[in-house]
Amino acid sequence: MTEPAPAPGPWQWATVQAVVPENRHVSTLRLVLPTWVPHLPGQHYVVRLTAEDGYTASRSYSVSSPPELTGIVELTVDRLPTGEVSPYLVDEVAAGDEVEVRGPVGGHFVWRGEGPLLLVAGGSGVAPVMAMLRSRRLSHPEVAARLLFSVRSPEDLIFAADLGPETTVVHTRRTPPGSARPAGRITAADIAAVAFDRGPAYVCGSSGFVETAARLLADTGRYDPARILLERYGPTS
Amino acid sequence: MRVSRGFTGSRRGGEPGRLPPGQYDVGSNWPVLTAELTPRVDPDSWTLTVNGRVADPKVWSWQDLRALPPSTYSGDIHCVTTWSKLDTSFTGVSVDELLAAAGPLPEATHMVATSTTGYTTNLPLADITGGKAWIVWEHEGRPLTVEHGGPVRMLVPHLYFWKSAKWIETITLLDHDEPGFWEVRGYHDRGDPWREQRYQGD
Ligand SMILES: Cc1cc2nc3c(=O)[nH]c(=O)nc-3n(C[C@H](O)[C@H](O)[C@H](O)COP(=O)(O)OP(=O)(O)OC[C@H]3O[C@@H](n4cnc5c(N)ncnc54)[C@H](O)[C@@H]3O)c2cc1C
Repeated sequence: MTEPAPAPGPWQWATVQAVVPENRHVSTLRLVLPTWVPHLPGQHYVVRLTAEDGYTASRSYSVSSPPELTGIVELTVDRLPTGEVSPYLVDEVAAGDEVEVRGPVGGHFVWRGEGPLLLVAGGSGVAPVMAMLRSRRLSHPEVAARLLFSVRSPEDLIFAADLGPETTVVHTRRTPPGSARPAGRITAADIAAVAFDRGPAYVCGSSGFVETAARLLADTGRYDPARILLERYGPTS
Repeated sequence: MRVSRGFTGSRRGGEPGRLPPGQYDVGSNWPVLTAELTPRVDPDSWTLTVNGRVADPKVWSWQDLRALPPSTYSGDIHCVTTWSKLDTSFTGVSVDELLAAAGPLPEATHMVATSTTGYTTNLPLADITGGKAWIVWEHEGRPLTVEHGGPVRMLVPHLYFWKSAKWIETITLLDHDEPGFWEVRGYHDRGDPWREQRYQGD
């Protein structure tokens, strides 16, 4: 049985402490919350933007910081070229701005310390699994973990400085020089190389990526489908 | 009113009042946000069961369902992740039709829908009777695709879309409320988009 997740708190205005570019199109917003509650790694916040005429737009963003970092949450946002909210968050928001948020939300795609921990992420889908990896480093170093991270090209990597030996990066469009694996979408062999034979598996990214990767994982026969947890961001990657 | 510095917004809905609060028009897109891996459902062995607090539990095959009087919903759907899809349509059979056949007992007050994947969601009977809920297999004239819950899903368009269970197999009538998959995970028990009932306590 799943422990009931607490309801998220009320809307609050967080102060942007820093905006840290991860690559050309992804930035991490570090928010200081007036009322901070510990999140479970994997949970997200809802961001609500309000225009001068009262028009609002809300979108969900996973927390990429671990709950061990108290008082703040970091959201890692990929700018979609024609998007309404993500270009504003990545290009417009600066340190000192205030952003309205509500959370933490979500009681399914959450990690409570179980191992061994398999993480499979595509693009910005790495955000919630990075919260898991970071929390593991701080609170559960004994838990074995592996991250399979799919990005388009080397310059699209996110959290480059934070990826350790547990991480395998695969490239879908262009590989770095000298790479043994040709560029291409995630394959059964990529999955077989990282899959454990038990424990939870977390798969996150665009809806298409998640479906493909989770199907490959289920097809290894090494995972009970109920232990493959999915977070789909929507149609775009 | 506090505003987000420099935010203008680019997806304002057309008619005022058409979108529930906090929702945006997703246009011709239809995002897939299922929590589980899309199952493989074989329509030939698939059945729909109505059981629990009913006089006469019933099981329908895919063929049986299609022999019932068809019913179409034309209108909008709203997902708790803030997208709404406007002017869409679904065809199937009204839940009223199924309940009439099974005969709810007087003590029945709620239902829980269960999917092939084990997903569940709960609804008060008042939200699925009187032409408010359907079991559907067609979207805009085409067979409902598996990622959108095909071959057969529930449709309760006046509530957030997680109430419209994909790959539905069983409707169980209860004499009490029993929170489902998302409802035990912090989401609202009823989920009325016009009251913005997204999370517990809203
Ligand atoms: C639980 C959850 C967690 C998430 N976590 C993250 C995260 O950590 N990081 C992250 O970057 N994202 C995350 N997302 C995705 C995020 O919520 C947004 O969907 C994303 O940022 C895009 O929002 P947007 O306003 O920029 O784009 P939108 O304006 O919503 O557009 C999205 C895409 O659809 C297209 N589109 C939209 N409307 C139309 C239309 N009418 N006609 C044609 N095309 C259209 C746009 O071109 C764009 O490519 C998460 C989503 C969920 C559900």
